[in-house]
Amino acid sequence: MKFKKVVSAVLLAAMTMTCMAGCGSNSDSQSGSGSSNSSSGSGDTIKIGGIGPVTGSAAVYGMAVKNGAELAVKEINAAGGINGAQIEFDFQDDENDAEKAVNAYNTLKDWGTQAVLGTVTSAPCVAVGEVAQADNTFLLTPSGTAVDCVKYDNAFRVCFSDPMQGLESAKYIGEHNLATKVAAIYDSSDVYSSGIYEAFVKEAANQNFEIVAAEAFTKESNSDFSVQLQKAKDAGAELVFLPFYYTEASLVLKQAAGMNYSPMFFGCDGMDGILAVKGFDAELANDLVFLSPFTPTSEDEAIQKFVTDFQEAYGETPNQFAADAYDGIYAIKAAMEQAKVTPDMSVTDICDALKTAMTEITIDGVTAKSLTWEASGEPSKEPMVVKIADGDYAVVE
Amino acid sequence: MSFISYLINGISLGSVYAIIALGYTMVYGIAKMLNFAHGDVIMIGAYVVMASVTGAGLPPFAAVLISIVFCTVLGIVIESVAYRPLLNAASSLAVLITAIGVSYLLQNIALLIFGANTISFASVVPIPAIELAGGSLTITGEAIVTIVLCIIIMTTLTLFIKKSKAGQAMLAVSEDKGAAQLMGIHVNGTIALTFAIGSALAAIAGVLLCSAYPTLTPYTGAMPGIKAFVAAVFGGIGSIPGALIGGILLGVIEIFGKAYISSQMADAIVFGVLIVILIVKPTGILGKNIQEKV
Repeated sequence: MKFKKVVSAVLLAAMTMTCMAGCGSNSDSQSGSGSSNSSSGSGDTIKIGGIGPVTGSAAVYGMAVKNGAELAVKEINAAGGINGAQIEFDFQDDENDAEKAVNAYNTLKDWGTQAVLGTVTSAPCVAVGEVAQADNTFLLTPSGTAVDCVKYDNAFRVCFSDPMQGLESAKYIGEHNLATKVAAIYDSSDVYSSGIYEAFVKEAANQNFEIVAAEAFTKESNSDFSVQLQKAKDAGAELVFLPFYYTEASLVLKQAAGMNYSPMFFGCDGMDGILAVKGFDAELANDLVFLSPFTPTSEDEAIQKFVTDFQEAYGETPNQFAADAYDGIYAIKAAMEQAKVTPDMSVTDICDALKTAMTEITIDGVTAKSLTWEASGEPSKEPMVVKIADGDYAVVE
Repeated sequence: MSFISYLINGISLGSVYAIIALGYTMVYGIAKMLNFAHGDVIMIGAYVVMASVTGAGLPPFAAVLISIVFCTVLGIVIESVAYRPLLNAASSLAVLITAIGVSYLLQNIALLIFGANTISFASVVPIPAIELAGGSLTITGEAIVTIVLCIIIMTTLTLFIKKSKAGQAMLAVSEDKGAAQLMGIHVNGTIALTFAIGSALAAIAGVLLCSAYPTLTPYTGAMPGIKAFVAAVFGGIGSIPGALIGGILLGVIEIFGKAYISSQMADAIVFGVLIVILIVKPTGILGKNIQEKV
């Protein structure tokens, strides 16, 4: 009996150790990235915080944003920083959870962050937006697409909003006569997916196609799409609109192939990254079309440089989230230079200065040429359409 | 034709729920505890198959066997380390909370080892899809294998409990732990065996689940686990045929609800039906009536 207790105690200790080791290595890498960028001591550095999911189901986006932002920070620091001050960057994990995102924001506040790049996903972004507004902290989300992400005047975004994406998708399908009968499948439990869907339906009324099936799913039932696809097939849809993330989309494509249904599939920016799913049969994604602000195969010189540097640093091709974050950091830099921000300014002063500065700057980014912002927080730029062919992304126009 | 197609999809989805529900129902019936980590054992089982096939290059059949052995051992370890010391604790809540803890532990271990990225799970089912009625009805190989395996497992398990000595011991333990011990039955061993069988079934369920819905993340097991728990309660928790009936009904109601009522309301419909059944028959469809002796 005694022996058993000892064994279980040892096992328990071992389990606890593994957990702690996990957390330990995580925070090590975070503080490592922060300290490596601060060549000068605190006080004369500008502290920028980042928030996003580095673990959990949306970790792909969080990691991409973290890497893209760190690459930009490294480049800016090497080139002399912002107004002569080096940037210190700290990225906190929110696991794509609103509550944890607010905790992450508070951690950054304690650390002394002067501007925040984040958050990466919509729901946490709305939550952080509320507290950041109360504190008057400048917030620039690289990829939070929900309308409410930039509800307050201290928040801006790099990506398109959900309604914008729905509107542009419907316009594109209509103007290019891709189909006359369209089915839409969307995640009614997700603000991103339903936001796009609603705008899509609204715009579809003005276009020359008809929505023959509109089917929903929720995050509690996001593995079986046989019914939704069957209904789309029975309704004779030639195009199926999939405004949600690629994790579910890869299942939809697989199940459609399983039931011998091959309409044209059309997605939004959440589709980006589908080819990076380990073990995914790229053949299934052939001819998949989606709206994306960034494509790594573009011949543009700035994009090519970004892609090469990113591959060198992290061993993978950047996706649009990395690009959004990269542009986000450069936008913060441009705005801070415009507003002549110095490290000794308070968070509120910086925020007030940046609110005006953001509307005055124009940056040549990797997600758009001459990217500008409106006071509402929305960027103004042209969408790009990407088609997957032979297992690679290609720009349609 | 689409009606038949929906029905087959529903039965196939329900069969996966049924196999998972078996694990819940056996452990509950015999150890009188809810093993909420069951769903995560499924996920671990699927990861083991994935790692053996893509990592070690083993044939799928061998990988499934390894996964079954691995999960069986895992089930026994979880039971002896986390649950057994608490089985006689004053509150049965202690075991329940521990089970939730084990569930998170397994998820986070998988997160640490395999990362959060979604992995596309290559189906281990070698049977191609069958086309009927000139292509308007397609039955996937995974659906056939799932349904057939579900029936085989259910029959074997019922025979095992009815005919074998170990099965009889399980029945005895489920009826009265104290009395069973007095009769010379090794109660702890019997409970460990229950966990072993439950976890082996979890491995099979994991393979089937991920073959039919081929994405794998550390959270893959969580939602099917909860749905299967519902299926177990639906059919009458503690009853093996109840798990089968509950699982298949749940799958069929879910798919039909999506198809004919509203795809958005599917889960609300499933749980609504559950509430109605529990009001009419509080112990579930095949649940035993427990008579309180005064």
